[in-house]
Amino acid sequence: MSYAATHDHHDDHHGAPKGFFQRWCMSTNHKDIGTLYLVFALTMFFIGGSFAMLIRAELFKPGMQLMQPYFFNQLTTMHALVMIFGAIMPAFVGLGNWMIPLMVGAPDMALPRMNNLSFWILPFAFLLMLSTLFMPGGGPAGGWTLYPPLSLQSDSLAYVVFAVHLMGISSIMGAINIIATILNMRAPGMELLKMPVFVWSWLITAFLLIAVMPVLAGAVTMLLTDKYFGTNFFNPGGGGDPVLYQHIFWFFGHPEVYIMILPAFGIISEIVPTFARKPIFGYKAMVFAIASIAFLSFIVWAHHMFAVGLPLGAEIFFMYATMLIAVPTGVKVFNWVATIWGSSMTFETPMLFAIAFIILFTIGGFSGLMLALVPADFQYHDTYFVVAHFHYVLVTGALFAIIAASYYWLPKWTGNMYSEFWGKVHFWNSVIWVNVLFFPQHFLGLAGMPRRIPDYNVAFANFNMISSIGGFLFGATQLIFIGVLIHCAFFSKKKATDRVWEGARGLEWTVPSPAPHHTFEVPPVIHDDELAHGHVND
Amino acid sequence: MTSGGIRRSFTAAATLALASFGSVVHAAPGPWQLNMQRGESTWSQVPYHLNNISLAVCTVIGILVFGAMFIAMFRFRKSRGAVAEKWSHNTMVEVVWTTIPVVILVVLAYLATGGLTSWADTTGSQMTVKVTGYQWKWRYDYVDYQGKPIDKVGFMSKLDTQSDRTRQLGSGMDPFAVKVGDESTYLLNVDNPLVVPVDTKIRFVITSGDVIHSWWVPATGWKLDAIPGIINAAWANFQTPGTYRGQCAELCGQDHGFMPIVVVVKSKADFAAWLAGQQAKSAAPAAAPAAASSAAAPQTSQAAPVADTAKQG
Repeated sequence: MSYAATHDHHDDHHGAPKGFFQRWCMSTNHKDIGTLYLVFALTMFFIGGSFAMLIRAELFKPGMQLMQPYFFNQLTTMHALVMIFGAIMPAFVGLGNWMIPLMVGAPDMALPRMNNLSFWILPFAFLLMLSTLFMPGGGPAGGWTLYPPLSLQSDSLAYVVFAVHLMGISSIMGAINIIATILNMRAPGMELLKMPVFVWSWLITAFLLIAVMPVLAGAVTMLLTDKYFGTNFFNPGGGGDPVLYQHIFWFFGHPEVYIMILPAFGIISEIVPTFARKPIFGYKAMVFAIASIAFLSFIVWAHHMFAVGLPLGAEIFFMYATMLIAVPTGVKVFNWVATIWGSSMTFETPMLFAIAFIILFTIGGFSGLMLALVPADFQYHDTYFVVAHFHYVLVTGALFAIIAASYYWLPKWTGNMYSEFWGKVHFWNSVIWVNVLFFPQHFLGLAGMPRRIPDYNVAFANFNMISSIGGFLFGATQLIFIGVLIHCAFFSKKKATDRVWEGARGLEWTVPSPAPHHTFEVPPVIHDDELAHGHVND
Repeated sequence: MTSGGIRRSFTAAATLALASFGSVVHAAPGPWQLNMQRGESTWSQVPYHLNNISLAVCTVIGILVFGAMFIAMFRFRKSRGAVAEKWSHNTMVEVVWTTIPVVILVVLAYLATGGLTSWADTTGSQMTVKVTGYQWKWRYDYVDYQGKPIDKVGFMSKLDTQSDRTRQLGSGMDPFAVKVGDESTYLLNVDNPLVVPVDTKIRFVITSGDVIHSWWVPATGWKLDAIPGIINAAWANFQTPGTYRGQCAELCGQDHGFMPIVVVVKSKADFAAWLAGQQAKSAAPAAAPAAASSAAAPQTSQAAPVADTAKQG
């Protein structure tokens, strides 16, 4: 509709630049930069995943078989840093870059040159960080949380701190860009409460990023000065306090957790109505739930620290505040279920991943609720129960949402349909093996296996072996994903229609497939019934 | 916990629902163990019951939510001719499913708060033990017992030699062969265990000499970080004599996985005899250099042969 009406007179006189360097390195185009982010995230996903494979290989059976404990600690530390800052976050930024302008009817991001810079910082940040693995003394081995005094024993601290600074700068610029785009570049008629939930979720996430990335930068800078410039922020010998670092870190760290899940909520809230052919249940409640989760994320940080010996009042406050998060999160899950109730569903790959997300993320939420209960957390804390919990919310949560989004929008990006058969092979293998991988870790934690140990008592042998087998197969399954992506982008003969999915609503489906290099140079004329959430009275 | 009726009814429900999970009590982890151990101290029931109750609550909610999803996925398929309805809002339903979770949370919070308050109360303890974490061993100093200060009873406690030899990369030794009696103790045994009396409220004051560690014996029901510059306190009152095993629970460097904790709980008479023996030993000058050398060199390899003097009860 709107695209054809406003664009048929428009000559395609400036498509994508022809030269490789010009197109990809000097790009100011939100679609190309989005692609760069996504390719980067996928690369990091495999690098971080290969660390995980090594970890699961060492843990396959009791006894040290493959590596020294110190290298094992480097692997767990790097796995987390790469997956969090290299895979999950850039993937969401890539999806936001690609889809937010298309979803709100904007021609590009508000600050296209800054967009280029915020991407191109990342490869250098990760080069800096990953290079430490090849240095004498090795990479960081004190855990991704970099708790002092342990992290101060590392020779590679400065590299990691500067890499974190760069990632933080990149994230903050990306967040500014997203806020500026959403608040200033919406097409006329795209009112805030008609925006897709994905756009809402990114708007709120961007505010979280701006609020907490500087906090992380401050905390790691204090580590740096403690190690190299003789300050004593965290050194008890000089009057400092190691617990202070944990408070600062988790003031960043907990909102960071929601930075990695709120956009996933948005994605699921787009995919489920599409394949249910029914508008999302309780749109305003969904948006309000995201906002309240974001607010609560600032007042729950010390639930990561129940075992450090907080005063009783603090433990009680942070327990109550943490439990409160179950309410808006529950509303979201119930609303997704209500969306599919009375609908007309089909189960293409994006929908399969979205449904798996709802179930498995909820399981991660359940263990989160259990972890919130302080006396129980005294047992759970720093065990594999926690490892199982956060992998349920980050792998079957955030990652599954990213994969679902990739399948969902891939036809719009490439103009081709992916192979539904191989997509489903990828889905079923992923969903089975990820549970074989992580579900037994609940049992390991409850039985008493601590996190971050390279070797364990023989009582833990059975479930560790099962978990490792699940891990190897889950890792191998992701190679199918690569195959599906390459096939879809370069070899698929099946052309995608503009709308792609029968139930798809929203501006991104009104532009041709593949989305041309420039879209919405003239603001589209918006009809509410074309929007995914155009008729919102609730 | 002060929450009588509610707790008992939930506990009963949880016990029924989780009979297969909760029926076996472990002092040390066992193969195929599925659930948390009940523990052997007076307080360790609290996390155990909270764990079972919250797991039961989550299981019920999960069955309802996932059940509704599977019914929807079966009934409302386009391939079965389902036609999508148009509604997207229902205030009544939304109020209900916001309120019910709040009620459940209030109950859970009430139970947890009672348990937490009793954990935090270290008053009235009859014994004090100072626990100090080092990279990668523990030090135990006996401070007082039954109101009387104890002088010069303290020792380092580190991974036993058999585990330590077995765990070396390429040792070719079988972790399953590391046993004390018929109990597999690989990485869960030490040279000098902490010895404490049964049926005594013991206050543990916990700190660290270098980086952050965490002192965790699951049988007590809690773990508490050992932090340099800070002294944390918690208590345990063991109900049964026996040997209870745990591990460091906070990443503390390369040998984080190799600094277990063993607590041997003895009858009060046996403990008194053991304590008297220790005091006599510390009075004799010959014992001093050995203790000093192991305390002064926390960075040395644990592979160095040390005579095992394990006295597990």
